[in-house]
Amino acid sequence: MQNLAAVVGSLSAVGYGLAAIGPGIGVGIIFAAYIQSSARQPESAGFNRANLFLGMAVVEALALLGIAFGFVFK
Amino acid sequence: MSGGERVVAIHGWPPSVNDFYLPGWFYPWITKFTVLVWIAVAVIIIFFLTAYRKPQIVPTKKQWIAESIYGFARNNVAVEMIGHEGLRFAPYLATLFSFLLVTNIFSIVPLIQVSPNAHIAFPAVLAFISWIMFMYVGARKHGVGKYIKMSLVPPGVPGYMLPLIVPLEFLSTFILRPFTLALRLFANMFAGHVILLVFTLGGFVLLDSSQWFIKPISVVSWAMAIALTFFEALIAVLQAYVFILLTSSYIQGSLAEEH
Repeated sequence: MQNLAAVVGSLSAVGYGLAAIGPGIGVGIIFAAYIQSSARQPESAGFNRANLFLGMAVVEALALLGIAFGFVFK
Repeated sequence: MSGGERVVAIHGWPPSVNDFYLPGWFYPWITKFTVLVWIAVAVIIIFFLTAYRKPQIVPTKKQWIAESIYGFARNNVAVEMIGHEGLRFAPYLATLFSFLLVTNIFSIVPLIQVSPNAHIAFPAVLAFISWIMFMYVGARKHGVGKYIKMSLVPPGVPGYMLPLIVPLEFLSTFILRPFTLALRLFANMFAGHVILLVFTLGGFVLLDSSQWFIKPISVVSWAMAIALTFFEALIAVLQAYVFILLTSSYIQGSLAEEH
């Protein structure tokens, strides 16, 4: 039976594109939470900055796992 | 387009594995990354020794920089995350921070342009040390059995949920923590230099295009490479900071009092 529709090319690139959806939304939520909390209570901005960087690094780890495994799963 | 690959291949890219071995009687034991790690260690030792040779009450510039680095790791990370007991860990965190800072900055220094942390071995060893450290600290403070029980069983969990929660907590606390610690640093450094490669080589490939109106876009590609180099510097410092922040957070979790 012949192929009626096919996607050719690098599947790992498509996989990375799908994997980047989650961390993209996650980083947006983290920064939105920091901006809102600083707007409501400016004195907490310095205190929360450590949590901001911590959250961003943890979420971006998943996005970067996507890049790295895009090469591994060639 | 075939012209691009020709241009890229002429410049001797991609490098083969053998390009990283240094020629000499010590082949294959000493590679470019070995030398880079030695250079990083030497830079840190020499910097801190000479900065504290004759400490003065009004600090000189070099002394002030050294004190700022140590003060940052001590006050903003160790004491803030772990509390008063964090002073014991401040030297290790400060050393780790400066080592990661120097090796990460190597990824944008010309002629070096790769961080030793772009090979999984170096972050893996550092994460392994942090893993052993937080497990040992917890086991020494609470005793092995009590420490395991304290980590695996969150307070206030009904009994029937335990068979589900305990394996998940074990996986998350004792297995995934060192793994993600190493992988985060490795992936950031690896992806960083791959992105710089993409934009730099893309500029060359675009320059070699057969259509004349595509050639100026290579300048845009190189401008992006410059912007991403600054971004890479930010990521280098951030990843060093996050590594020690997470290490101190895990140590704080181990040292926390029982509920």
